[in-house]
Amino acid sequence: MNSCILDIRDLEISFFTQAGEIKAVNNISLQLKDGEVLGIVGESGSGKSVASYSIMGLIAEPGKIVNGNIRFNNHTIETMGKKELQKIRGKEVSIVFQDPNTSLNPLLSIGSQLIEVIIRHTNKTKKEAKERAVELLGLVGMNEVDKRLKQYPYEFSGGMLQRVMIAIALACEPKLLIADEATTALDATIQAQILELLLQIKKKNSMSIIMITHDFSVIANICEKVAVMYAGRIIEYGKTEDILYNPKHQYTMGLLKATPNINSHIHEKLVPIKGSPVDLLNPPLGCPFAPRCEKCMKICLRSMPKNKVISDDHYTACWLLEKKLWS
Amino acid sequence: MDNKLIEIKNLKKYFPVREGIFATNYIKAVDDVSLYINKGETFGLVGESGCGKTTLGRTLLKLCQPTDGQIFYKGEDITFQPMGQYRKKMQIVFQNPYASLNPRMTVYDIIGEPIDIHRLATSKRQRKEMIISLLSQVGLNYESAMAYPHEFSGGQRQRIVIARALAVEPDFIVCDEPVSSLDVSIQAQIINMFERIQEERGITYLFISHDLSIVSHISDRVGVMYLGKIVELTDSKSLYSSPIHPYTQSLLSAIIKVDSKDNKGNKRLLLKGDIPSPLNPPSGCRFRTRCVYEKDICIDQVPELQECRKEHFVACHRVGEF
Ligand SMILES: Nc1ncnc2c1ncn2[C@@H]1O[C@H](COP(=O)(O)OP(=O)(O)OP(=O)(O)O)[C@@H](O)[C@H]1O
Ligand SMILES: Nc1ncnc2c1ncn2[C@@H]1O[C@H](COP(=O)(O)OP(=O)(O)OP(=O)(O)O)[C@@H](O)[C@H]1O
Ligand code: SF4
Ligand SMILES: [Mg+2]
Ligand SMILES: [Mg+2]
Repeated sequence: MNSCILDIRDLEISFFTQAGEIKAVNNISLQLKDGEVLGIVGESGSGKSVASYSIMGLIAEPGKIVNGNIRFNNHTIETMGKKELQKIRGKEVSIVFQDPNTSLNPLLSIGSQLIEVIIRHTNKTKKEAKERAVELLGLVGMNEVDKRLKQYPYEFSGGMLQRVMIAIALACEPKLLIADEATTALDATIQAQILELLLQIKKKNSMSIIMITHDFSVIANICEKVAVMYAGRIIEYGKTEDILYNPKHQYTMGLLKATPNINSHIHEKLVPIKGSPVDLLNPPLGCPFAPRCEKCMKICLRSMPKNKVISDDHYTACWLLEKKLWS
Repeated sequence: MDNKLIEIKNLKKYFPVREGIFATNYIKAVDDVSLYINKGETFGLVGESGCGKTTLGRTLLKLCQPTDGQIFYKGEDITFQPMGQYRKKMQIVFQNPYASLNPRMTVYDIIGEPIDIHRLATSKRQRKEMIISLLSQVGLNYESAMAYPHEFSGGQRQRIVIARALAVEPDFIVCDEPVSSLDVSIQAQIINMFERIQEERGITYLFISHDLSIVSHISDRVGVMYLGKIVELTDSKSLYSSPIHPYTQSLLSAIIKVDSKDNKGNKRLLLKGDIPSPLNPPSGCRFRTRCVYEKDICIDQVPELQECRKEHFVACHRVGEF
């Protein structure tokens, strides 16, 4: 028990564009236990999608793994060929893409796409696959499923499409589910229902989940661990309670402050984090957050802080925490 | 003085759905909705997935022709008018930022295109300045302008879409879930930006979101939608301090606050029952199958939107009884 389904070490991924090398993922290490739910939060463009797609061996041209390795369920992903990767995708690991267009074909009905996935990965007959499709759509909160199966993606609302994609991803009971902003279009009620569903399946099949989200209510509801990303790095990692109630990195604190809240006054200004995101073409020498950090010291601009362990499973990379040691 | 920029009266949008070979049923995505939006105001629209928010926004801009009802722009009935001259004035930020960007154009040209179409720049230099300024307004740096949409992350693409909508200096924008795919820090930046631009240029927004906390934050007035109908409509303060409709009340109780520790792990008060199908909505009050206050009258009669406090409209038979 409690073995690692996923073990990522020193992962670096770059896009080699005309403008130069974009370091989208910069030295990430991460472990995920069987049946564990990890949340990834972080700045837009910080590498959340790129890092997690690489677990499926999906890196778009002109991207490359520059360094590091990814072990998933006893496979060494970075050395696997296209064919081998295809076999595990959808079956051992599946993903709900942030972009509905990458997973759904606009010219095929929802039903035929769902049934196709089920048949490809299981030995179900067409009839059994259809039954399963009906069941799955029901589970994600759709009704009149028979009619919905015959409809095309454009006939669905934004939130319905997201639920269809979740159904497709769950179709073959994967060991690891990666959900990239998969509940952004869902209201609180249906979101709660989906999260509940994920938790049930997780318990039943000991499925692990990576939830990429910016929604802290999703984090609070289902994640056990949280990784906070900034400029291609994990700058803080810890148990959900640690991250929500005892954040140590200035960026994590800023992120929590920027969350709108029903109790805040109307038209009261939200507190965004000042400054603009890092230019990944020319990443700064030191801490990537330094130019925006209110507590920035000279050393922060000069060199990258090391990971500082705060308690079990809670670490962060920030010079402020080193300072305490010195004084 | 009449200050309405947009008004809709009894607007309907039905989508046909085939049932068997001969029978056709209709999804009543928007069913008899009337509302107005004042100049310079932000009108919020909330409701759960599939209740018709996007359809209402699109129909209002005549991106699809209404099944019935009227649409007015500055008091003029535009229901059957060609949109040519109005297109520039009325923009939309689509819910899905992926589908709405041309993959073959650089960001520079994506934002430049509407500037060209509407001849807003008098010189190349001015065009460039406008593009740079728009990019920085949405928090993108100028270096990124030469890249193509696929080179951007989800949140970055959403900001490109917003920059493009702002380029033509519209006076009305339908923002369909404009920030729901953005991380909270950018969300705050974008929302503050929407508000700043509103102050500067007096833009009017229809702000669509399923997230009541964001909607009530940014909106002056809010309409709550349920299965194609508006069930409650009032200013955002009253809506969240004293919601009247049972549906709005349940929406509010479903919001968990991340900043208070006690709430963690608590089960949220979920609505009873499943969302009914828009193909066969319940008779009478559409919310009744999930309403804890349901009575016989709710089955037989459709409740009309009524003013039960000043400027506070509710469609429920049992207003004031609970
Ligand atoms: N095909 C590509 N070519 C060049 N750069 C790319 C490509 N795909 C991603 N990038 C860059 O890699 C960085 C990380 O992108 P990623 O999609 O992982 O961000 P993200 O954290 O998922 O952000 P979001 O929350 O906005 O989705 C971004 O700065 C993006 O510009
Ligand atoms: N082009 C279309 N053809 C057929 N049906 C449609 C079409 N567009 C929307 N619908 C249906 O109309 C209803 C309302 O959809 P709409 O997209 O307006 O919902 P929404 O409130 O925006 O939901 P979400 O929050 O999930 O985006 C849904 O049942 C949907 O299936
Ligand atoms: S009309 Fe009846 S069923 Fe509808 S919300 Fe009011 S009490 Fe509930
Ligand atoms: Mg992403
Ligand atoms: Mg929508």
